[in-house]
Amino acid sequence: MTPDPVIELRNATKRFRASSGGVHTAVRDLTMTVRGGAFVAVVGPTGCGKSTTLSLVSGLEPPSEGVVLVRGEEVFCIPPGVGYMFQNDAVLPWRSVLDNVASGPRYRGSSRAEARDRARVWVERVGLAGFEGYYPHQLSGGMRKRVALAQTLVNEPEILLMDEPFSALDVQTRSLMQDELLRLWAGSDAAVVFVTHDLEEAIALADRVVVMTASPATVKASFDVALPRPRNVEEIRMTDEFLFVYREIWDSLREEVNRAREEASHRAA
Amino acid sequence: MPHDTTITTPRSGRTTVDSSVVAKATSAHRKRRATVWAIRLALVAGWLVSWELTATYWIDPFFYSKPSAVWQRLVEWFTVGTSQGSIWEQIEVTLQEAVLGFALGALAGVVLGILLGRSRLLAEICAPFIKAANAVPRIVLAALFVLWFGLGMTSKVATAFVLVFFAVFFNAFQGAREVDRNLVNNARVLGASRLRVLTSIVVPSATSWILASLHIAFGFALIGAVVGEFTGASKGLGLLINRSQNMYDAPGIYAGMIVITVIALLAEWLLSVLEKRLLRWRPQAGGTEVRV
Repeated sequence: MTPDPVIELRNATKRFRASSGGVHTAVRDLTMTVRGGAFVAVVGPTGCGKSTTLSLVSGLEPPSEGVVLVRGEEVFCIPPGVGYMFQNDAVLPWRSVLDNVASGPRYRGSSRAEARDRARVWVERVGLAGFEGYYPHQLSGGMRKRVALAQTLVNEPEILLMDEPFSALDVQTRSLMQDELLRLWAGSDAAVVFVTHDLEEAIALADRVVVMTASPATVKASFDVALPRPRNVEEIRMTDEFLFVYREIWDSLREEVNRAREEASHRAA
Repeated sequence: MPHDTTITTPRSGRTTVDSSVVAKATSAHRKRRATVWAIRLALVAGWLVSWELTATYWIDPFFYSKPSAVWQRLVEWFTVGTSQGSIWEQIEVTLQEAVLGFALGALAGVVLGILLGRSRLLAEICAPFIKAANAVPRIVLAALFVLWFGLGMTSKVATAFVLVFFAVFFNAFQGAREVDRNLVNNARVLGASRLRVLTSIVVPSATSWILASLHIAFGFALIGAVVGEFTGASKGLGLLINRSQNMYDAPGIYAGMIVITVIALLAEWLLSVLEKRLLRWRPQAGGTEVRV
């Protein structure tokens, strides 16, 4: 484990050209660091620019201003050792489960047989043994998420970026996937940045919760979550410690959520 | 094992249903199919019989011909031969022109379509030219191609090429443009180079668009070849039809049309087989399930 921050954003700002012709600032003056092996959750009101933060770190989007560093080096293109799980399914519908998971190693130059061998291990680890030959449309939403998770983890990323990966799942499947994620993460020393608008999910998973302001996003506050590991996400929710942390963070988040709601209603009016 | 193993195989439902229910549903399905086919055949028979009768008693069969005469001409072509020689030779020539024009046009359409679909700058530069080229009445080019390339095969291949190219190009372009950004980003983070993104994400995504256009495109290739022959040729089905017209031989024109239609249907069937093979990852609408 490296004590130095593996991710560092210094005064990062990201503007987009809005479709109306103006300029939309998604992220403003964002400064934050993530240490190696840490699990950081980023919460904020819906649509505040949390996802943009991840695309800056992944190198998919360059910052308009400021600097993004991954392992101490400025990000210009996609840095090696980064995995990214998107909000929407990004599994390839024309590939079987096994070949979807084998994509990463194939892209990185492994032979087909080698890639499939590595993929088979991960398909099993995410609990999909026996479904290697299935196509994504034959799977349930939860199982497709497992494929996406295996697809990302097979590259053994040191930095795992997750953009509301479980938000489209039903409640039971979501808790199951959260537990699964914690189990798989515990076996690695990857740093995770997990973006969500669900505070419960954030606290149940993370060591640290970063609260973002309403759009344009910047860091409002950061809270340590000292709940013991290993955790069971369904049970930990009912503990007093959990509720205590929840109240503390919610006090900070509530303001932003209200502000985002007001802005949304203004825009609608 | 995960808890969320709700797999939707079409077969799983069937085993739990009572077999008599399945038998009933199957026989109802069969009955319906039989009815549909019976009505179709009755329609064709009614059409042919009324045509035959009107041509025999009311209108002049010299201009409008009649089914029995067309049939006779077809039999004559396939047993004795045509005015231009063996019918098989004419079919072979037309088919060669159409297939060649189709293959070249489709290839060029796919390559250029995907290239422009992925490069915004190129697309922006080329857009007005392509629109203009598409607005040209391309079938007239057949006349020009005969001047350029002579009466041989080349001029027909060129006509077929021009017709096929645009049909395929626009679909490939649209298909390459509408690739899910998510899939592209995901592949890039997973380590794909630009070329690999193109081959492993963009091309498969655009395949269903391209295949849809190929169905129409083969029809266009045949039209291109036949119109090319019509304009000026020494062999082919188009020439046959042209000669029939010059000799006021209406049955010959119909017979030529029928031969071309059969070829087009066969090609359509072949393309459907190819499509099924390439797109087998897609969920099948309806599937093999018995509808109750």
